[in-house]
Amino acid sequence: MLSIKNLHASIDGNEILKGINLEIKVGEVHAIMGPNGSGKSTLAAVLAGRSEYDVTAGEVIYNGVNLLELEAEDRAREGVFLAFQYPIEIPGVSNINFLKTAIGEIRAYKGLDPMSAKDFLKMMKEKQQLVEIDRTLINRSINEGFSGGEKKRNEIFQMAMLEPKLSILDETDSGLDIDALRIVSSGVNKLKSKENATIIITHYQRLLDYIVPDFVHVLYNGKIVKSGTKELALELEERGYDYIKEEVEA
Amino acid sequence: METAIKTSTIKDKLIFEYENSKLFLFGDTQLRDKAMESFYKQGIPTRKHEEYKYIRVDLMLKGAFDFSTSKNCSDAQIESLKFLKEAYVVIIENGVFVEGASNLEKLPKGLTICSLVDAVKSNSPVFEKHYAQYADVKADPFIALNTAMTKDGVFIHVAKNAIIEKPIHIIHISTVSENTIIHPRNLIVVDENSQAKIIESFETIDATAKIFSNALTEIVVDKHAIVDHYKIQDEKELGYLVNTTQVIQQKQSVFSTHTFTLSGSLVRNNLTLVLDGEHIESHLNGLYLTAGNQVVDNHTVVDHRKPNCNSNELYKGIIEGKSTATFNGKIFVRKDAQKTNAFQSNKNILLSQAGTINTKPQLEIYADDVKCSHGSTTGKLDEAKIFYLRARGIGVVNAKKLLTHAFASEVVNTIKIEALRDYVEENISKTFQ
Repeated sequence: MLSIKNLHASIDGNEILKGINLEIKVGEVHAIMGPNGSGKSTLAAVLAGRSEYDVTAGEVIYNGVNLLELEAEDRAREGVFLAFQYPIEIPGVSNINFLKTAIGEIRAYKGLDPMSAKDFLKMMKEKQQLVEIDRTLINRSINEGFSGGEKKRNEIFQMAMLEPKLSILDETDSGLDIDALRIVSSGVNKLKSKENATIIITHYQRLLDYIVPDFVHVLYNGKIVKSGTKELALELEERGYDYIKEEVEA
Repeated sequence: METAIKTSTIKDKLIFEYENSKLFLFGDTQLRDKAMESFYKQGIPTRKHEEYKYIRVDLMLKGAFDFSTSKNCSDAQIESLKFLKEAYVVIIENGVFVEGASNLEKLPKGLTICSLVDAVKSNSPVFEKHYAQYADVKADPFIALNTAMTKDGVFIHVAKNAIIEKPIHIIHISTVSENTIIHPRNLIVVDENSQAKIIESFETIDATAKIFSNALTEIVVDKHAIVDHYKIQDEKELGYLVNTTQVIQQKQSVFSTHTFTLSGSLVRNNLTLVLDGEHIESHLNGLYLTAGNQVVDNHTVVDHRKPNCNSNELYKGIIEGKSTATFNGKIFVRKDAQKTNAFQSNKNILLSQAGTINTKPQLEIYADDVKCSHGSTTGKLDEAKIFYLRARGIGVVNAKKLLTHAFASEVVNTIKIEALRDYVEENISKTFQ
């Protein structure tokens, strides 16, 4: 589904990603871990199409297309979803209008007929129950006055509504208390299927107790320096990132 | 002689026209003469006039202009402008009240609506008491010009204790085939403890030449009265509008005014509220959407003269193309006006490189126990917000549309009449297509 080869990216002339290689198959969950500043969020931003990053080398093939050539909106329409680390507040744009517009554009892109108002509302209701988000939140403007946990839950709700093929969760666990973490990860688990894939970006192992990855990769200084199964995450938790640094620099 | 005509300015032409038509104008000749004299002293403002620094009215008035028009629009065209189903409708066509096209049957008890000309003829004491008492001819050349040269308009009187449920919709229609200057004038008197909703809309139909409207409305809000006032300005490319609104509020009254400038080559709003009693509440809301080469200039004055009053002002602008928007908001708190709360905010979004916004809040406070604040911001659409929407599959065009709409909604949501809110919403959507 996703093949990243020798990806280099920089911002304002500083190289952050220094040759990432990663293969993800449909149905898989990959965790990307690493210390602060290792390039985790940059990888997420580059995949989602943030224009402030310059890709200086490498390629990203997603379902046969060159992802890096697509505009951000077209990546989303092709099924790439980024759950933001810091979801932004947009006063004056209701969640409902936002999702209606998004689904309308995605369907038009795919050459599908518009969704009827009835079907849309039905879908809203189903997904809202699935990810356990309060209806009053959905009726409000996008993330306006939401708590940190509510914002993250809204990201997962949007993910449920847009039914992406590849979801990238950027530090979704940061700032969540244990109850919110449980609800958010239960939502992600319910949305997981054989037809889609998930990338979980996190600093801590804790989230991986709830969303069990098939593979764990350690990102350090812009490169994946170690890959393994879920046991690698536990090892990292126990030994800290320092031993990775020592290994790499040795 | 020929050169003399060529170089004669619009000022000379206006004075000449006044002398010519004076005998046929209604009402108080002395008042008109004084006003003309004042106009003579002030002249058409140029860039050198501090209050007209950013709007070249003098340039707009270059070339030939006529003073009377004959072209009339059809009933169907007029009907299409009556966008409120439930309303008392007043039609002012090229500055003249048209009773036949208005909808004024079955007016409720306490509500009088007639032409300005008829109000003079009937010697209405309310009219005589209030007419031309508030807009000061010495304060602004357009007030002077309107007072001298007006031919007609509407007089609305809401008697004591009357609550007028349906809105009163004054539709100013301009339809001309020669460049024309008109001076429509309205007087609205809402007596003690009564309530009214008034909408003034400004439209052009089939115009093939420039229409310069120097429109003036005086509004009297007596004690305990509640008045909700709206202006919808949508005169398209051939519309040039100087719109003066002069309001006097008495104690414990509530006045809310909303100015929506949707189109027009040049729009200058002079809005003045005088709070002449205690415990008055005033709300001033405005939204201007400018594009192309449009020039839109909002000048507001809130004059706190007595203690314990509240005023709240919010103006927002969305500027596209090479257009220029100006906001100049003055708040006076006089020596007597202790315990005043006066707030003002002006926020703008600049959507293009070539657009210009001038914003100038001015506070003059002579009392010592007051709460006043003002703020002004100008920015672009937030890139982070645009990216968030794009990351969900929304294209740049729709993303910008959603965000500009969201920006405008704060002002649009202050409209209390649902049908009017829908109408404004719809027109904003059209503007951003």
